[in-house]
Amino acid sequence: MKSLIAQSHSLSDPAVQLDVINNHNEKVKSLDKFENKLEEIGLLPLKPTGIEIFQINVGYMCNMTCKHCHVDAGPDRKEIMTKETLQYCLDALKGTDIETVDLTGGAPEMNPHFRWFVDEVSKLGKHIIVRSNLTILDTRKFENLPQFMADHGVEITCSLPFYSKRRTDIQRGEGTYDKSMKVLKMLNKIGYGKEDSGLQLNLVYNPVGAFLPGDQESLKKQYKERLWKDQDIVFNDLFTITNLPISRYLNFLMQSGNLEEYMEKLINAFNPSAAKGVMCRNTISIGWDGSLYDCDFNQMLQMKTNHGAPDHIKDWNLEKLNNREIVTDQHCFGCTAGAGSSCGGAVT
Amino acid sequence: MDKTYYNPEDLKKFENVTDFQEKLGKKFFDYYGSVFEEGALTAREKSLIALAVAHAVQCPYCIDAYTEDTLEKGCSEEQMMEAVHVATAIRGGASLVHSVQMINKVDKLSM
Ligand code: SF4
Ligand code: SF4
Repeated sequence: MKSLIAQSHSLSDPAVQLDVINNHNEKVKSLDKFENKLEEIGLLPLKPTGIEIFQINVGYMCNMTCKHCHVDAGPDRKEIMTKETLQYCLDALKGTDIETVDLTGGAPEMNPHFRWFVDEVSKLGKHIIVRSNLTILDTRKFENLPQFMADHGVEITCSLPFYSKRRTDIQRGEGTYDKSMKVLKMLNKIGYGKEDSGLQLNLVYNPVGAFLPGDQESLKKQYKERLWKDQDIVFNDLFTITNLPISRYLNFLMQSGNLEEYMEKLINAFNPSAAKGVMCRNTISIGWDGSLYDCDFNQMLQMKTNHGAPDHIKDWNLEKLNNREIVTDQHCFGCTAGAGSSCGGAVT
Repeated sequence: MDKTYYNPEDLKKFENVTDFQEKLGKKFFDYYGSVFEEGALTAREKSLIALAVAHAVQCPYCIDAYTEDTLEKGCSEEQMMEAVHVATAIRGGASLVHSVQMINKVDKLSM
């Protein structure tokens, strides 16, 4: 499968995506606006509570092409963060007490400077999270990487959209489940996911279809039981993430005739407490070219940090960024539905 | 849309049944909410039971609603289909067990 951009698909254009989720038809047009909802609960303009997480998207290249991918990542994507831009990130981090550096992609492991960068960040004493798709670690080139990450105390957060093969492979491609099981077992073997090892292994659940995630605790319990019983696999935590209506997931919603209902579902499930806890309030997202965004979703919609805050890592200014106004649109309803959703799972 | 007796959009209007009889309608929805809370059975188990019953009573609204609800609650396709087979077994069994009556009657009438 090719990325939308390689197919020259109209939905690879962020402006088209925003137009679809705002104006697709009369029904979609008539739905409540995110800004109005924030205003009703006194959260407009949406302001950060203070940056605690520095999330770097080190490139859109990926060994996979999952159907729901909000990045539109794939082997055909060539956008990769250069060493120079990674150095700007280190420079920015040095002068701050931001504790967590979160590496995402694409497959972040595919960035040629990955090891060097992890080494440098850990010298700064920061906590590192790597968002792994698991399957990349099943290749010869990366087989030593888990031990390298363990040596640096890296927390691994990896995608496993469901505990069964059928649903996992539908979303992520045939064979993904078996490879993921193999890699999880290997991670367990070096200590990841084991109590007291200090090596944190988290799984990410996201719905395989046009429905919302259920209760995070209940899903965690089910995953723990099933993965232990069926595969002898252990892990620490499970994060439920709602699919936001952008990019390839938006394409799925349109092709399956689910767009209106899904948008309506998100909006009806708007939860003011979840809105207070949206991740853009404590996160800054850095794009492969050094541009700054409020979150990885805004990055994919090319909605840069705005309202007088710097929008490039070269111009990093923590104070200004901590006082910025967050840029929102209709996709944000994905973060505020039900128990809320963030890169760390439910927010309430 | 073709005219049919069932319209998926009508499910969203379910709560409007209180318009004609508020007191009883409200009691029903309060009760309904309580039934599906976590209890001695988990909310997930209750959702699977509801899915099975929805098939037994052949309610298209309930089938839609509890298909989505069981998916959200993390049930697998196998679990959902097994729940429907439970309903099917009871429905089929309920017919078949009556054949004992038929056999009894045959026995009585036959030489
Ligand atoms: S969802 Fe993750 S693993 Fe799948 S294509 Fe996107 S970046 Fe790659
Ligand atoms: S999509 Fe991004 S900007 Fe919008 S609420 Fe979610 S985290 Fe914040």
